[in-house]
Amino acid sequence: MTDARRLARALAALSLVLLAVGVTALFVGSAGLSPSAVARALAGRAEASSVEAIVTLSLRLPRVAAAVLAGAALAVAGVGFQALTRNPLAEPSVLGVSSGAAFGVVLAQILGFSSGIVAALGVAAFAFAGALLAATIVYLVATAPGGLAVQTLLLTGVIVGIFFSAAITVIISVVDFNRLTGVIHWLLGNLGPIPAASLALFAVLAGAGVWLILKSARELNLLALGEEASRQLGVDAERLKRRVFVAAALLTGTVVAFTGPIGFVGLIVPHVLRRLVGQDNRFLVPTAALAGGAFLLAADTLARNVVAPAELSVGVITAFCGAPFFVWILRTRSRPL
Amino acid sequence: MTPLVQFRDVAFAYARPERRRERTFAFPGLSFTVERGEVFGVIGPNSAGKTSLLRLLTRVLRPQRGEIRLDGRPVGDLAPWALAREVAVVPQEAPRPFPFTVEQLVLMGRYPHAPGRFFEDAADITAARAAMAATETLALAPLPLEQLSGGERQRALLARALAQEPRLLVLDEPTAHLDLRYQAETAALLRGLNRERGMTILLVSHDLNLAAELCDRLLLLSAGEVARVGAAVDVLEQGLLESVFGCHVTVDKSPSGRPVVQLAYERG
Repeated sequence: MTDARRLARALAALSLVLLAVGVTALFVGSAGLSPSAVARALAGRAEASSVEAIVTLSLRLPRVAAAVLAGAALAVAGVGFQALTRNPLAEPSVLGVSSGAAFGVVLAQILGFSSGIVAALGVAAFAFAGALLAATIVYLVATAPGGLAVQTLLLTGVIVGIFFSAAITVIISVVDFNRLTGVIHWLLGNLGPIPAASLALFAVLAGAGVWLILKSARELNLLALGEEASRQLGVDAERLKRRVFVAAALLTGTVVAFTGPIGFVGLIVPHVLRRLVGQDNRFLVPTAALAGGAFLLAADTLARNVVAPAELSVGVITAFCGAPFFVWILRTRSRPL
Repeated sequence: MTPLVQFRDVAFAYARPERRRERTFAFPGLSFTVERGEVFGVIGPNSAGKTSLLRLLTRVLRPQRGEIRLDGRPVGDLAPWALAREVAVVPQEAPRPFPFTVEQLVLMGRYPHAPGRFFEDAADITAARAAMAATETLALAPLPLEQLSGGERQRALLARALAQEPRLLVLDEPTAHLDLRYQAETAALLRGLNRERGMTILLVSHDLNLAAELCDRLLLLSAGEVARVGAAVDVLEQGLLESVFGCHVTVDKSPSGRPVVQLAYERG
């Protein structure tokens, strides 16, 4: 079977999984709607002001979309960072990039971006800038004396993350709390209602990031040969690294801007996929987009229902899954990619 | 006809030594040519600049002065993939760790032929298979590179370079990890590539006798400068080698008429 057909099959299978999770997510929830009521709302045969229409179309549907977008973006960002650093543990939250983006978002909020599509774009831009800043710091510090050692990279990421978290705490402490409504909830990852226009912007930015990394997938494979050898094979290694670096920061920043810093998706999803589809980035990137979406949607559905009528932040679920996973990967294959 | 490779007064110095204890090393102004269809060997002591010379040729390093031409064109003007279609490098060491199989490694050699392609096509797979057949690595195709012995890895790297279908094959210490049998087979393979496909070969080696056996011409480097360039008999001369390497040697003749260099161990 050719590679293209093998990939098509994997994507078809994952699409079915995503569809199944999506349907489940739409039909379950604390509102206690009957399946037929949800179906009626989805089919557009419910009164616009009815409970089922509001819950299904205004609450659950956008939330499903946001979870799928965020999961896809985080998982692909994970694959990108892992290929760049040749380290299976590299991931937006582990590298401190999410914290940098969160710092950008908090900064944007005290500057007064609050609602509307222009504000959403502004917040996304600040998050992107914060993500780029954190990623650049990690990269410069970890590469300084030559070579990207696994431990150095991870430690640097943790420290940069702590630094930006502290900076966020400073802002929260000194700024009038009313101007930062919902920040605490958001900091744990919150897929709460996102307006349609913002969702569209989310989709465009996430799509751009995924596309840039997907386009670079073959070259990222060659990067595993080492930078010098990849250049001798005709890869413009500097440009490749810059492009993937920026794309992964864009994905991280976008997710943080719209849903908060949700951790570990970029660690868990690619790691499971490596066992299923192998190490080829041309398989990992597109499958990570679908599997990441399905994973985060499942986690969010769980978060919405496990302590109903209260709600957990989705970041709590991913952290509960991610932390043991991190230890497991560290123990079994702390060697670089 | 223009030579395939021309180094014209190439000057290069590392900005600072990578490690403090390392001596700085520089090419003050290096000139030589590699002719089409020849097997050209670069020899010299450690830190004479052999690997740096390869890096300059493959544009991993850029000269500070002078020019390197490939087929009459400055290598600086070529797109990275355009250069990789003409020049393939067999490195000394396999990358480690490396998560891919031998077949995936060899297919990477096809990248410069279609950098925009997402998956390799049937022609790429045919070329990769041919390269693996030529290096006897077909049976290793599904194995992860990391599971191979040193010699097998070396042959897999050679297969990847052949998959590039280059005009110039560059080898950095081609037999360093090979036992006698594979050394002989690699030498025969290189000779075959040169004679049957007209592939020009540039090899860098510590093994003076292998270089003497395989190469039409040798370049003896000493501290970044050409000590001598010419046929093996002219370059592998006792007095010259002793002054460049700083030790005593004896030079005999092999059954094929090529010079054979041996260390003259002092017995005490």
